[in-house]
Amino acid sequence: MAGIAVSTTINGDAVEYLCQPDETLLDVLRDRLGLTGAKEGCGTGDCGACSIILDDRLVCSCLVLGAEAEGRRVETIEGMAHGDTLHPLQQKFLEHAALQCGICTPGFLIAAKDLLAKNPDPTEEEIRFGLAGNLCRCTGYDKIVRAVQDAAIVMKGA
Amino acid sequence: MNFDPRFSGRKFTSVGTRPIRPDGIDKVTGRARYGADFNMAGQLVGRVLRSPHAHARIVKIDTSKAEKLAGVKAVITAADLPDLTDGDAAMYDVLDNCMARTKALYDGHAVAAVAAIDARTARQALKLIEIEYELLPHVTDVDEAAKHTAPLINDAIFTEGLEEKPVKPSNVTKRSQFGHGDVHQGFGQADFIVERSFKTEQTHQGYIEPHACVANFSSDGTADLWVCTQGHFVYRQHCAQLLGMEASKLRVTSSEIGGGFGGKTHVWAEPVALALSRKAGRPVKLVMTRDEVFRASGPTSATSIDVKIGARKDGTITAAEATLRYSCGPYAGSWAEIGAMTAFACYKLDNVKTVGYEVLVNRPKTAAYRAPSAPMAAFAVESAVDELAKKIGMDPVDFRIKNAAQEGTRSSYGPVYGPIGIGPTLEAVKSHPHMKAPLGKNQGRGMACGFWFNFGGQTCTDLNIGMDGSVSLAVGTVDVGGSRASLSLVAAEELGIDYSQVKAIVADTSSLGYNDMTDGSRGTFSSSMATISAARNAIKILRERAAQMWDIAVDDVVWEKGHAIARGEKHGNLGKLSLKEIAVESGKTGGPIAGHSELVADGAGVSFATHICDIEVDPDTGATRVIRYTVVQDAGKAVHPTYVEGQYQGGAAQGIGWALNEEYIYGKDGRLQNAGFLDYRIPVCSDLPMIDTQILEIPNPNHPYGVRGVGETSIVPPLAAIANAVSNAAGVRMTHIPMSPPRILAAIEAEREWSK
Repeated sequence: MAGIAVSTTINGDAVEYLCQPDETLLDVLRDRLGLTGAKEGCGTGDCGACSIILDDRLVCSCLVLGAEAEGRRVETIEGMAHGDTLHPLQQKFLEHAALQCGICTPGFLIAAKDLLAKNPDPTEEEIRFGLAGNLCRCTGYDKIVRAVQDAAIVMKGA
Repeated sequence: MNFDPRFSGRKFTSVGTRPIRPDGIDKVTGRARYGADFNMAGQLVGRVLRSPHAHARIVKIDTSKAEKLAGVKAVITAADLPDLTDGDAAMYDVLDNCMARTKALYDGHAVAAVAAIDARTARQALKLIEIEYELLPHVTDVDEAAKHTAPLINDAIFTEGLEEKPVKPSNVTKRSQFGHGDVHQGFGQADFIVERSFKTEQTHQGYIEPHACVANFSSDGTADLWVCTQGHFVYRQHCAQLLGMEASKLRVTSSEIGGGFGGKTHVWAEPVALALSRKAGRPVKLVMTRDEVFRASGPTSATSIDVKIGARKDGTITAAEATLRYSCGPYAGSWAEIGAMTAFACYKLDNVKTVGYEVLVNRPKTAAYRAPSAPMAAFAVESAVDELAKKIGMDPVDFRIKNAAQEGTRSSYGPVYGPIGIGPTLEAVKSHPHMKAPLGKNQGRGMACGFWFNFGGQTCTDLNIGMDGSVSLAVGTVDVGGSRASLSLVAAEELGIDYSQVKAIVADTSSLGYNDMTDGSRGTFSSSMATISAARNAIKILRERAAQMWDIAVDDVVWEKGHAIARGEKHGNLGKLSLKEIAVESGKTGGPIAGHSELVADGAGVSFATHICDIEVDPDTGATRVIRYTVVQDAGKAVHPTYVEGQYQGGAAQGIGWALNEEYIYGKDGRLQNAGFLDYRIPVCSDLPMIDTQILEIPNPNHPYGVRGVGETSIVPPLAAIANAVSNAAGVRMTHIPMSPPRILAAIEAEREWSK
């Protein structure tokens, strides 16, 4: 079957690929482009492990078709740090031990980045509801919420 | 070399600090490689065909059409996994569970598999496999399955553990019994007795990473397996046995693991992927979908438990009895037995009796889930204990303190306890500010205790000192939640060097001796013991090398704070040699410096916890909200306290989900109705409050640093603590978990009806 040619921007780089019409953006990222930071936890948009930012909007990449990325801007976990300098959220997740197994971490970081971009000074409740689309089974969310609170303080000061 | 594992009180430098984990950067940048993040050149996509029926005889499988589809490279059925188990009944069950042989025993049971050039072709191929089933009557409920009239799942099963061998087959595979004293007499001495029946529904570990592996079987009979697992050495043994290989020919590398909680202790897809790769002659990647994880991995048991406890007016428990029925899926297990062992483990009892029944049902094969079997037993017992305290008119904490097990108590399951933490956790709860926090309208407070055995097991560790003085630590216990950090701390502590000088990795099965799985809360307990032993062996060599460099007797060299020091006045001018200075010279003093350790980590100290929670119940809808939650647990010694807190919080959160929401729902057709995270709803961030933790440290006498396992106990008390809180808030005793809104509402309405 003929593939669909897609030109898009991923983490600031121009990227071109061919994909099948029924292929998700998550599959393209992971299987065609080698960007395995986004994870497939469910494939149905329920767990948020595949979270990416598509044109400033937080989405589950398992619910977006690869072909839909044409002409759009895609941000993944691989683009979050600048060189060897971690994003404040990444740093605070480490300091607070906001991860145990870490499989949900890329999705949480992307979702938290999107949350703080829209609401730089969230309350605990706003953080909890802002991250309610991402499942974590290890931490009970306590340390994740604290890491986001701490990162918000750092980012406001920056 | 003799290793002395006994606790020696020491002042810690590294242990007890909270450094950033060594695998952290990879995990926050997306670089960490989990089961599905690994690929090989020429790799095929594997997919499994699963039974849509709860119970059916497989009459015929025709794979010819699938085999002819362009792009399909291998199709396998049970015929491609011949029975090599040689009378090992447990392994035969594993084999049959990997690929149904004569009967499909549950909705989701694997019946065939394909390997194709891409996922789309593999999916198409599954549709072309034709299977003729003869449907059989099924049973999915644990109480129904235990009845004599229930459809038989395996007619070769006769209940074990009965006084007389039964004449008829049964779905009850085993009866087990624990206890001491005379409960009949004990109940005779009681002024108050509580007797109740409880049910808990089946739940899943709910790890976010589905099972995933890449298998590469070579035509020379060797193979590589990359897999997310809690125990790659055990996976190697099982896969090698099922595929007829020598274990050494199969190299298993454990990927980063995206959660396991007991659910990644069994092989399901791995032997299938290896068999596909063997047939196709190419690497095969096999990743379960979420639907497959729910339908066909290993959830925990559903249970039905009867409890009877009696006490005198003064609050002394005189007798305690429980009968526990646990579902095992379609294969024999020992889940009720573990439940029967743990049920009354928190208490000092003169008369106690527990009986467990293992029950087969047409559901997936039960697997361990964090302190397997203990939470359900604790739910039943701690609910009855709370009710009994109320009847007597005693505070529930005081009542438990009065009856708590202590050092020297003979446990309900047999052994006599050493120093234990049940009393101290209760005392800590009694004085905890949470107990004084004000409660609002429709809010209730509950508390409950929990026990878990903890496990030690076979462990092998290598500690290699580089010529630059840095240390590589290779362990064989999979890191499920930060153990590379804690083990690096232990190596640094023992060697007297900085944490940053140690780099810990999880070695593959060809690079290190056998290790049991990361289960039973053993990861940090056992591997820290082996790390201490390996470090002490390395220190012996370091001292020898220093002695050689100084040309003095090794007995005159001691190891202190990362340095060799010449002891005695005669060596007064020698100063000291750092680990690095000795390592730099190692090429000239006898070659590489390393310490190895192989041991069975005996003496895992038992663990106790007490939890408190406040729940608000909406009396109009039955909806609940968790207002406050506090965990108090004995860690022995918290090596990395932040990750210990994380274990406490994570277990509590899983328990909260289990108590309030999560359950497997089967239709009348025996099919799972909610095989996805939308309908099987685990707690999300907005469902929970902060989870407060208090770490107690009552040293385990059988570990050099006093460490106990900490991973599992935290899931034991929540079901009961929440049930007690909901019962107090709603004014009606809750006896069925999960306490979903409809169940709570029904209980409230029944109580209103009854009060009229």
